[in-house]
Amino acid sequence: MTDGLRLDLLTITLGDRRLVDLDECIAPGEILTVMGPSGSGKSTLLSVLIGQPDQGFDVSGRVLLDGQDLQGMGPQARRIGLLFQDDLLFPHLSVGENLGFALPASVRGRAAREARIAAALEAADLAGFAARDPATLSGGQRARVALMRCLLSAPRALLLDEPFSRLDADLRRQMRDFVFGRVRAEGIPAILVTHDLEDALAAGGKVISPLGEVRQTAKPA
Amino acid sequence: MPSLEANRHAWLRLAPRLTIAVLLLPVGAGLAGVLAPAFGWYPALGGTNLSLDPWRALFAWPGLGGAIWLSVVTGLGATAISLLITVMICAAWQGTRAFGVIERALSPLLSVPHAAAAFGLAFLIAPSGWIARALSPWATGWDQPPDILITQDPWGLSLMAGLVVKEVPFLLLMTLAALGQVPARRSVLVSQTMGYGRMAGWVLTVLPRLYAQIRLPVYAVLAYSCSVIDVALILGPTRPSTLSVQVLEWLSDPDLSLRFQAAAGAILQLALVIGLLLLWRGGEAVAARLGCAAIRRGHRFAADRAARTLSMGLALIAALTVGLGILGLAVWSVAGFWTFPDLLPDQFTWRNWTRQSATVTGTALETVMIGAAATVISIGLTIACLEAEYRHGLRQTRRALWLLYLPLLVPQATFLIGLQTLAIGADLGGVRSTVIAAHVVFVLPYVFLSLSDPWRAWDSRQGLVAASLGAGANRILWRVRLPMLLRPVLAAAAVGFAVSVGQYLPTLLIGMGRVSTLTTEAVALSSGGDRRLIGVYALSQTIMPLIGFALALALPALLFRDRRGMLDRG
Repeated sequence: MTDGLRLDLLTITLGDRRLVDLDECIAPGEILTVMGPSGSGKSTLLSVLIGQPDQGFDVSGRVLLDGQDLQGMGPQARRIGLLFQDDLLFPHLSVGENLGFALPASVRGRAAREARIAAALEAADLAGFAARDPATLSGGQRARVALMRCLLSAPRALLLDEPFSRLDADLRRQMRDFVFGRVRAEGIPAILVTHDLEDALAAGGKVISPLGEVRQTAKPA
Repeated sequence: MPSLEANRHAWLRLAPRLTIAVLLLPVGAGLAGVLAPAFGWYPALGGTNLSLDPWRALFAWPGLGGAIWLSVVTGLGATAISLLITVMICAAWQGTRAFGVIERALSPLLSVPHAAAAFGLAFLIAPSGWIARALSPWATGWDQPPDILITQDPWGLSLMAGLVVKEVPFLLLMTLAALGQVPARRSVLVSQTMGYGRMAGWVLTVLPRLYAQIRLPVYAVLAYSCSVIDVALILGPTRPSTLSVQVLEWLSDPDLSLRFQAAAGAILQLALVIGLLLLWRGGEAVAARLGCAAIRRGHRFAADRAARTLSMGLALIAALTVGLGILGLAVWSVAGFWTFPDLLPDQFTWRNWTRQSATVTGTALETVMIGAAATVISIGLTIACLEAEYRHGLRQTRRALWLLYLPLLVPQATFLIGLQTLAIGADLGGVRSTVIAAHVVFVLPYVFLSLSDPWRAWDSRQGLVAASLGAGANRILWRVRLPMLLRPVLAAAAVGFAVSVGQYLPTLLIGMGRVSTLTTEAVALSSGGDRRLIGVYALSQTIMPLIGFALALALPALLFRDRRGMLDRG
């Protein structure tokens, strides 16, 4: 199988301590959850997948995306989308400009680009928000913009780094449904990194530790 | 895993080295250029044999002892007093509402050029100055300015005062920057719960951790105070003057043979600064010991109310001195006839300005051109260095920080003299671009020090997110990082411009009278004593940096007026 994200015997060690040991396949639209306490190598795994490994770590194995070996590629060449617990919207750009930043240059023409941005906002229940200052949005609205910005860049895979931990319980449930729904609808392989069991179960996929121990097998959808 | 992107921008890796060269080469070349004539080597003046004659001439000068003593006293005195006031202010008030007031009162003083502050102080304390006028004749009985020497007093007291009012804001700012890395308030609170006075708690628990980070700024203040020229020309004693002023006098003497002696004097000035730095370093150890001894004895020093009030008073006096001084410059610049002891002139007139308008405008333009060019070069180099650091994961070492401070530690009076000799030899003296290059040596360290902290504090996840959205390193820099950091970048530029406007010796020595700025013109007027003219030039000199800081505040506020997330960042 070539579609999706494949971690091929990926190990990361620091000195003689093994932090990550994974051999996994994530099909399009599937979510793999990596769960563990802080300091267990989750963020190291993410930095390796993004293509910005921290210094001092030894990485072996391969990361394949749609059959392509990502070895030697920087973050902007990999086209792997990122969502953090902070929305990290660019504060100097409007909501629409934030989305425009992500939209590939191959989408040409002002009207076409604006239409794509408007459609993305609509899908996030934020129609008409393009000119707004991101700082004036609510936390949930900002989180939705951040996800749409990520999806507009047409990522081939998605990394979710504790994306819900800053949201309160109600919002959290809505946001989870929204994110997981979009991931499945767009058919993107995703890795969710979390220390929250509820998030992990809601993702509906396989739940493992950074060292590959299976906590929960995938639920049939 | 070096990516293709990194290879394409490998030239950025050279930026730190280029920057170091920009700082190091002039200092090194300048030292070489002054060392040679100090030992008789100056072919253009017929010195082709190495000899000790310059030194014999220097030591034969009868005023040498007095000049050295004066330099040592003003250097050590101004530094110790400035540091003491700074520490007192922080110890007494840090973390309180009053501290914010002090900070706001003192930080504008940073932008005032040294020479303008010195003139302002002189106008305040001179026998015919505002203080004497305010007290006359009802308290003093004077109906004429008394014939006493207050400015340029033989002990260098007014010189020290002129330095202190400028160095306290500088040290305070550096301390504030360092405070972010020390849990100061908690440490003081813990000490207070054990019964220690607030100030004692700060001095015993915060200062030891903080001092390592303000050590280099303190050394820069010491080196500067010991070798300063422009402030000493305005407020310092004559016959003997300080060593550096004397060296400059020999240098500008029509008798060219005195240049050898001047070079030897410049080397002596360097030795003096090195000696004082070593002495200060020893003093640090003694102070640390005293602190430890105090801790062992367990005195609580709980009664510090008087000291706290005193520190507040000193801070306000410093702010008031400079503020009233600038006001004095302004009043003199529009003063018509003004009799003693009236507080204000009998009439006001724009004549002092209109008569000078052509020259002032021309000199102001030259000042702006030099300042803007030096600032743009410094900002460019700084951003290139910081960006190289970010893209290639480099770390700034302690040694790099010392290199940054080198032009601030080696006395200007030493290496600029050598640089002038080389510039004359290369036929580059008196050219604007050479003056700009000389300014960069002093502007760059300040720009780098101002910008590096906010640049490094930028949330690098923003860069990661932008990269994951497909943006390359350059797009991230221009579209994300620079706009987000516009405020600190412009603030650093304003600092750099202010430093350039304030430069006296680089303009004087490298410009050789053919390139002059408001500062060189103002200081040149000091011996003439025409207060109206001094007022016009010194006030123009003060306004320049203020315009820079105003723009640095207004531009981001205007550009990002609809972006709440961009308020009060950095």
